[in-house]
Amino acid sequence: MEDKTYVEDIDRSLYDFRNADEDAYRLKDGLTEEIVLQISKEKNDPDWMRDLRLKCLEIYQKTDMPVWGPSIEGLDMDHIATYVRKNTKMADNWDAVPAEVKDTFEKLGIPEAERKSLAGVGAQYDSELVYHNIREDVAKLGVIYTDIESALYGEYADMIKEHFMTLVPPTDHKFAALHGAVWSGGSFVYVPKGVKVDIPLQSYFRLNAKGAGQFEHTLIIVDEGADLHFIEGCSAPKYNVANLHAGCVELFVHKNARLRYSTIENWSKNMYNLNTKRALVEEGAKMEWVSGSFGSHISYLYPTTILKGDDSTMEFTGISFANTDQNLDTGAKVIQLGKRTSSYMNTRSISKGGGVSTFRSSIEIRKSAEYSKSSVSCASLMLDSISRSDTIPAMDIRTKTADVGHEAQIGKISDDAVFYLMSRGMSEEDARALIVSGFAEDVSKELPLEYAIEMNNLIRLEMKGSIG
Amino acid sequence: MSKLLEVSNLHVSVGEKEILKGVDLTINAGEVHVLMGPNGTGKSTLGFALIGNPKYEVTEGKIVFKGEDLSDVEVNNRAKKGMFLSFQNPLEVPGVTLSSFIRSALEQKTGERVKLWEFKKKLDATLDILQMDHSYAERDLNVGFSGGEKKKAEILQLLMLEPEFAILDETDSGLDVDAVRTVSAGIEEYQKRVGGGLLIITHSTKILESIHVDQTHVMIGGTIVKTGDSSLVDIVNEKGFESYGE
Repeated sequence: MEDKTYVEDIDRSLYDFRNADEDAYRLKDGLTEEIVLQISKEKNDPDWMRDLRLKCLEIYQKTDMPVWGPSIEGLDMDHIATYVRKNTKMADNWDAVPAEVKDTFEKLGIPEAERKSLAGVGAQYDSELVYHNIREDVAKLGVIYTDIESALYGEYADMIKEHFMTLVPPTDHKFAALHGAVWSGGSFVYVPKGVKVDIPLQSYFRLNAKGAGQFEHTLIIVDEGADLHFIEGCSAPKYNVANLHAGCVELFVHKNARLRYSTIENWSKNMYNLNTKRALVEEGAKMEWVSGSFGSHISYLYPTTILKGDDSTMEFTGISFANTDQNLDTGAKVIQLGKRTSSYMNTRSISKGGGVSTFRSSIEIRKSAEYSKSSVSCASLMLDSISRSDTIPAMDIRTKTADVGHEAQIGKISDDAVFYLMSRGMSEEDARALIVSGFAEDVSKELPLEYAIEMNNLIRLEMKGSIG
Repeated sequence: MSKLLEVSNLHVSVGEKEILKGVDLTINAGEVHVLMGPNGTGKSTLGFALIGNPKYEVTEGKIVFKGEDLSDVEVNNRAKKGMFLSFQNPLEVPGVTLSSFIRSALEQKTGERVKLWEFKKKLDATLDILQMDHSYAERDLNVGFSGGEKKKAEILQLLMLEPEFAILDETDSGLDVDAVRTVSAGIEEYQKRVGGGLLIITHSTKILESIHVDQTHVMIGGTIVKTGDSSLVDIVNEKGFESYGE
């Protein structure tokens, strides 16, 4: 078994089909006040939202590009269309969704998943939601699951205004400001006090248009003692020009509530995925992140948790798989303020074919967070000699009573282990695939079932032709 | 009797260093051979060369298994043809359970899907023979296993995969008396189930007490210097290897 020096790319045909967008309404490329006002008008924003967009644009124009991560030089905002809408209205019935769009989601298995195992589904195609539906029994419990645009008017309008971009302010970084200026689509979820939603809600984001951006906003409020599992999935066909995803996720987890937020991101390899996610966790509440990053050309993704309340907890479980032409810079951040708070991060990253995966963790335990705990465990596996893996941990601990642990492993597949498995009759390819899925097992078992299966298939596919 | 394994004038090198310097060995179907010798003399090297570890290069001579020259046969295909090595130091594979591993190995070998229910029944019965708790089957392959548990897990694989020929590389070393007896019972079960050929590499006689030995070989300095019947085991045990030039 010789050292592998190059590994073939996989077949992405499942995701790479694309539809012509002739009948779409598309604003011209680039970013100006005129375009932002046009989006605002298109979307029938309330005045405060229009003003927020303009303020965000101003901040965006004043803010510098980030310089500390992977290069995003290939991203030219003058050539990104920030708003593309299919000529259709949002439906709550798949039959009312235009055939080719429906077909797209059928291929991705969304309607089937909805029938089988979900409490509600939202589907976004380019800039707008094309489908949103919640099971009647779940709606009866008072659970709200809708697009943000609808929620801006009516019963929850004040709630949106109170929370929107407060957790991720536009001043946070350049792409948060961009998001604030041109956001469109996404989901609003409210789970009332004490309501436990037994089966997950899922939003799926599909960016079909070439050279466009997707800027969906997800706002979830889980009220006291409530419980929710929310899943988001993302994919796009591949084009030879840059696409951009700069979504924003704001999660509010109230006293003694629990929120599990699972993401499976499988963007195509021309995507710049510059996403911001943040959760505010109150007393006794629990935030669980499950994050799978497999796609995109460049990713900057570090879900952040603020453990504000005493005895609040967070768990972050993440896996990333960087292949040729991919630089996945991912990780997680936690800021612990409350007493006896605890955080746990457990991640796996795999790189091959020259891919780069970097895991950044940032732990801040403030002075007020007495008797708090934090533990980080991250492992990386490089499948060949041209790939790269880095771990960048940061810790800032301000109380003497904190208990903090960090464990990192970076390694390659052991030839001896491959030989051991082969000595029982396995091909080299299967032996390697088994070792890689075993490496990921601890994390993949946390993924929603169909995604866990998909991930194992992906690993199997990725390992095909990996013997040189 | 039909010849199962024929090794002739086998020279094996690891890197630049020649370890085996002309080994001849013939094992007939169903026979039990014992290989003894001081440490570092090439016994494990013979095991690895037979199963086809690419780090062990055959520079001269050949290995013929069931009438076929194995020179160009890779390790996994040797396993499929019916060869098995019980490792002296089995590797740990996190995230892969012992049970799922044995199942995929069986599927690879037979090319057919293994029926879960029958598999589970046989696996449980075999775990009982080896006095292993059933929960071992669901633990990650060798991860956190003690030395003795790893050896038992090797014999478990032997019994589940049912190869025609198995090399047991010091499967008894580092085991307490009870564990040796259990491993020994596992070997008897293998003979009962499969009646396959065995090459047992060992330092001790304990494991051989209840097993019929057909031939004993003493290896020193990379060659077999003496071959005899089962009585040779006792002689070596009493007198050591000095008389063979050690």
